[in-house]
Amino acid sequence: MIQAIAFYFFATIVVASAVMVVMARNPVHSVLWLIMAFFNAAGLMVLVGAEFIAMLLVIVYVGAVAVLFLFVVMMLDIDFAAMRAGIARNAPLGLLIAAVLLAELLLALGAYHAGGLTLGTPDGSAMPAADTSNIEALGALLYGRYIALFEIAGIILLVAMIGAIVLTFQPPKPGARARQDVGKQIRRRPEEATVMKNPGIGQGVEL
Amino acid sequence: MTAFFQSLGLPHEWAWTVATVAAIVIVSLLVMFSVAMVIYVDRKVLGAIMLRRGPNVVGPFGLLQSFADGLKVFLQETIIPSAANKGIFLLAPIITFTVALAAWAVIPFWDGGVIADINVGLLYILAISSMGVYGVVMSGWASNSKYPFFSAMRASAQMISYEVSIGFVLVCVVLFAGTFNLSGIVNAQQGFGLGLINAYAIHPLLFPMWVVFFISALAETARAPFDLTEAESELVAGYQTEYSSMSFALFWLGEYANILLMCSLNTLLFWGGWLPPLDIPVLYAVPGIIWFLLKTFVFFFMFSWIWATVPRYRYDQLMRLGWKVFLPMSLLFVAATSGYLMAIGHFA
Repeated sequence: MIQAIAFYFFATIVVASAVMVVMARNPVHSVLWLIMAFFNAAGLMVLVGAEFIAMLLVIVYVGAVAVLFLFVVMMLDIDFAAMRAGIARNAPLGLLIAAVLLAELLLALGAYHAGGLTLGTPDGSAMPAADTSNIEALGALLYGRYIALFEIAGIILLVAMIGAIVLTFQPPKPGARARQDVGKQIRRRPEEATVMKNPGIGQGVEL
Repeated sequence: MTAFFQSLGLPHEWAWTVATVAAIVIVSLLVMFSVAMVIYVDRKVLGAIMLRRGPNVVGPFGLLQSFADGLKVFLQETIIPSAANKGIFLLAPIITFTVALAAWAVIPFWDGGVIADINVGLLYILAISSMGVYGVVMSGWASNSKYPFFSAMRASAQMISYEVSIGFVLVCVVLFAGTFNLSGIVNAQQGFGLGLINAYAIHPLLFPMWVVFFISALAETARAPFDLTEAESELVAGYQTEYSSMSFALFWLGEYANILLMCSLNTLLFWGGWLPPLDIPVLYAVPGIIWFLLKTFVFFFMFSWIWATVPRYRYDQLMRLGWKVFLPMSLLFVAATSGYLMAIGHFA
């Protein structure tokens, strides 16, 4: 009973916020609704007993990804009139994408009702023992059975990260201001940095 | 507590619900009370270090100063700038305050003295504290004013940067304890140092991590020397500039509740939580909560002490410390810790 209430509560909020992400006029509001959706999706995860995934969802998506989204969107200089003017031109494309998504959704539903696929390993060998915690079960699978896939995923992410750094890295231009050397700054003493001058009245100082 | 409500004739489910709600109310009120007292302590310590008296007018020794301040802000008018985004402007302090209180749900005050003794306690704390940045970012944007906006930018970059190294520090602790449950982590520290000292921080691999954690906690709570989000010499008051009365007070309370949370995390993760400092039977006669509060208070004193003595960092220095010093160091220590634990057969 209480599970059902909680499920419909979270699910309604997720769907409603997802709608608001699209409908909101202000992009910053869109991102905030998106965060709301993430957070309630985490609530759904807790309901099915996947507390580890729920926490990761909040830490990674709400705590890091959405902050960067917000960071970028807040700095956009948005002209609302120009944005609305494009709707008529982009509507066919948008409708097409929506139709494709709807078709896929229906297809998936049909496949599910027709028997569908069995998720996970059909022989049940990946099934964790009933009393293991989320983290232990996930760890045993990721670092045992699926270690190769897991490592490959890690390497791909590492390559992507290096790629991003290489793409955005700009070597210091010749003639640009020299880089700071913290050690040098700390070692600097007043004697090297300042000079005492005692100019006579009416005379300037030459440095 | 569930048993008490059951004895009043409630069925188990209802007794549990009532007991949990009661525990939440009690813990929230106690945290708020501690925040009020801790603000007073902060001002007193600062005063003592600066050779002045600090608050000394309201009540004996000025003890009631915070409550007087609370009453004052409560009676003031809430001013909303006409150019502000009203909804988000009002939502921001509420988020800061709620998030700061929500994290206390998994903090064990004594053995078993915790609202939600969940398996992923430490991850919950990470998740909740990573939400804290939204209060600052939203207030900065919604104020529609330059200085709050700068502050919001700074805050989001700062918190993300230091959360990374905090995450790796926590991994080291979890490797030693073998659990994410905070009570489990504290229990694993009993007799950890030579069978005598109840603290993780005395281990040569964990002591540097504690130092990293402590400094990152300062940055995460935007406390001096990392209070660039409200750097009053450049940004007026940062993200709080446009706020007044109760909405301002909520920021203030949330900020101090977060500071207290970080102090108690220092206690729980590295200094043995509710356990006495030494594993001697006599010391266990003192209730656990006393040890917990004492240790937490020591860390809070260190926070004030640092505020009074250290000048503010420059922003590039802050970023450099986070990404170029703490991150490589904590990564190295994760590798070293797991290697060491494998070598001594900790996981066998």
